[in-house]
Amino acid sequence: MTKVNMTRVRAVVRKEFREYRRNKFILYSMATLPLIFLIVPLATILNLPTSTPIAGVKGAVGSVLLLMLVIPDVLPATIAAYSVIGERDQGTLEPLLTTPIRRDEFVLGKAIASVLPAIAMSYLVFAVVVLSLRVGATPEVVHVMWQPAWFVAEILFVPLLATWSTWVGTAISARSSDVRISQQLGTLASLPVLALTSLMSFQVIKPTVAVALIIAGFLVVIDVGAWRVVSRMFDRERLITGKKAQVAGSSQASTH
Amino acid sequence: MKPQWFVRRRIGVGVRPITWQGWATSGGAVALIVVALVVLHGHAVANVLVVAIAVAYLGVAYATGGAHRPATQSDLDERLPETFAEQSGRFGSRDGEPAAPRLTVTDIHERLAPAASTGDTLATPTGPLAIDVRHLTKKFGERTAFNDVSFDVRQGEVFGFLGPNGAGKTTMVRTLSTLIQATSGSASVAGIAVCEENGVEIRQRISVMPEVPGLYSRLSVNDNLEFFVGLYALGDAKGRIARALHAVNLSTRSNDLCASLSKGLRQRVSIARALLSDPEIIFLDEPTSGLDPVATREVSELIEGLRSRGVTIFLTTHRLEEAEHLCDRVAILNTTLRIVGRTSDLRQQLFQRSLLVATLRPLDHPEMVFASIVGVDSWKTTAEASYELMTPDPRAAAPEIVRALVHAGADVVSIAESQHSLEDVYLQLVGEDAEVAS
Repeated sequence: MTKVNMTRVRAVVRKEFREYRRNKFILYSMATLPLIFLIVPLATILNLPTSTPIAGVKGAVGSVLLLMLVIPDVLPATIAAYSVIGERDQGTLEPLLTTPIRRDEFVLGKAIASVLPAIAMSYLVFAVVVLSLRVGATPEVVHVMWQPAWFVAEILFVPLLATWSTWVGTAISARSSDVRISQQLGTLASLPVLALTSLMSFQVIKPTVAVALIIAGFLVVIDVGAWRVVSRMFDRERLITGKKAQVAGSSQASTH
Repeated sequence: MKPQWFVRRRIGVGVRPITWQGWATSGGAVALIVVALVVLHGHAVANVLVVAIAVAYLGVAYATGGAHRPATQSDLDERLPETFAEQSGRFGSRDGEPAAPRLTVTDIHERLAPAASTGDTLATPTGPLAIDVRHLTKKFGERTAFNDVSFDVRQGEVFGFLGPNGAGKTTMVRTLSTLIQATSGSASVAGIAVCEENGVEIRQRISVMPEVPGLYSRLSVNDNLEFFVGLYALGDAKGRIARALHAVNLSTRSNDLCASLSKGLRQRVSIARALLSDPEIIFLDEPTSGLDPVATREVSELIEGLRSRGVTIFLTTHRLEEAEHLCDRVAILNTTLRIVGRTSDLRQQLFQRSLLVATLRPLDHPEMVFASIVGVDSWKTTAEASYELMTPDPRAAAPEIVRALVHAGADVVSIAESQHSLEDVYLQLVGEDAEVAS
């Protein structure tokens, strides 16, 4: 495989961040979604009556943790869904593709730019929620929540879910022609993987560090597979003309 | 043949309504969340809150009108191509200067004024091949974009690529710049075979300026150019950007948002972007499309400046006057390559040389006057008291013709060699194709 030129990847990431700063939709998404996911769990758990049985407390904590994982699953898909369609809408896709950038560099730059804000927001919201509950929640809630497995799960799952979500959003963006359809499909298609983490959040399987690591390993496999699929989808000709190349007597494929 | 009517469809501006697919995916997302929570948990309050979140989130998406700003009419106008040439005029052949060393952006601005004002004629460059195309064909399914096209472009040459809309010009540029693959045939650019495996190496040596400037409207001019310096993985970004902006006289606008620039200024930024990497070959796809005469002249001067220092330019244009003025050679494409050569050669190839004679009154017996003149192959009446005399050597035949007319008692008003413009050549060839098609 050809070596990735990080200068080009950095150029894409830097450009994406500059565009985010001036894109109202992305700014609203980045601000509003985490804000809702901050308020709702706090309101849910802080309002739990002290007489709530332990099973009810565990269920409430499980739902909070699930909400924490919805952020990295939904936010990057929203941003990534714009990645190719946004370029096409502005007419910038063709000038970009006529530069020496390889498609894996392009995809990687776009992915990093989608994943990093989602990870930062997810960790920030998680930290605020956990610290708030540590200070204000009942001792039962603190006891259920303050376990290494949850923290390991959050730290591991957030980047992996965000990466998965980004690949899904980018793949749909490469094939779609409408940014909103792309965002909605991207969000929808990235959700099923949450079912995996939900097994742990709702204690269908016992939350331990080992279980968290196993699920994380499974997510890594899914992410690597998705990365390969998405990279293959980035065919210059298909992006420009909407059709795959017809070459007489040969079929070519490369990472260029 | 020029169309009698030119209809430009106005495109609606604003946010598109929510489609059924939109509702379906939104509903699906909400349903999935609800099902997941009900099945896995059953905590009623949490379920309701999560559904509320999903609805609120989708509401934000719709309220903000999607991730892209609504297109303005000027954006949409800019994406529409010019549909036919509006200008025509006289031309002059270019002979002279050999190809000079390659130009860096530092040199361009310094060279613009002298290069634009000399008006010297230039010879067809004879250096090594910059572009070599052999029997190239590109098909999209059943539709053929171009078929069995062969030509070459020498280093330092300005090569004009002309043709009607849909002739395959832009597809040719995309093929040579490795954006799309040819269906059959071969080509080399900068001495490198055009294929996907060589794409990075070729794109490192060329620049392409598409018809639409393609700038990030939310970013400043400087940010746009900095991004592209990064994509070429080049050092000295600040220096390169400063020189490129200086070359297109935009140094003072580097911090302006591209959205705030006029169409002409955006085109100049696009040219600056093409200069950033000091390319060996620049592909310019309709560089003056939609520009006013002053901006058009500036672009032409820039092309002259680039040519004078040996940068190879592949220029597609509908402006025949521009092609005539700038190009060492032109090719006319209409799916197949109709002709290629210097404009003066094309005229001679297509049109017999002739003299146009006007007299004060119609001649009584023109056949008797013209039949006896040595060197005149044939003649015809073009209007009342106007005649066209076909001759292989107009300069030698003119005195004989004047003498014969005076001897016949005619009052000669004017005598001049007929001039055929590149537009005549173009219309002759494209008109033939239209006749064949009909």
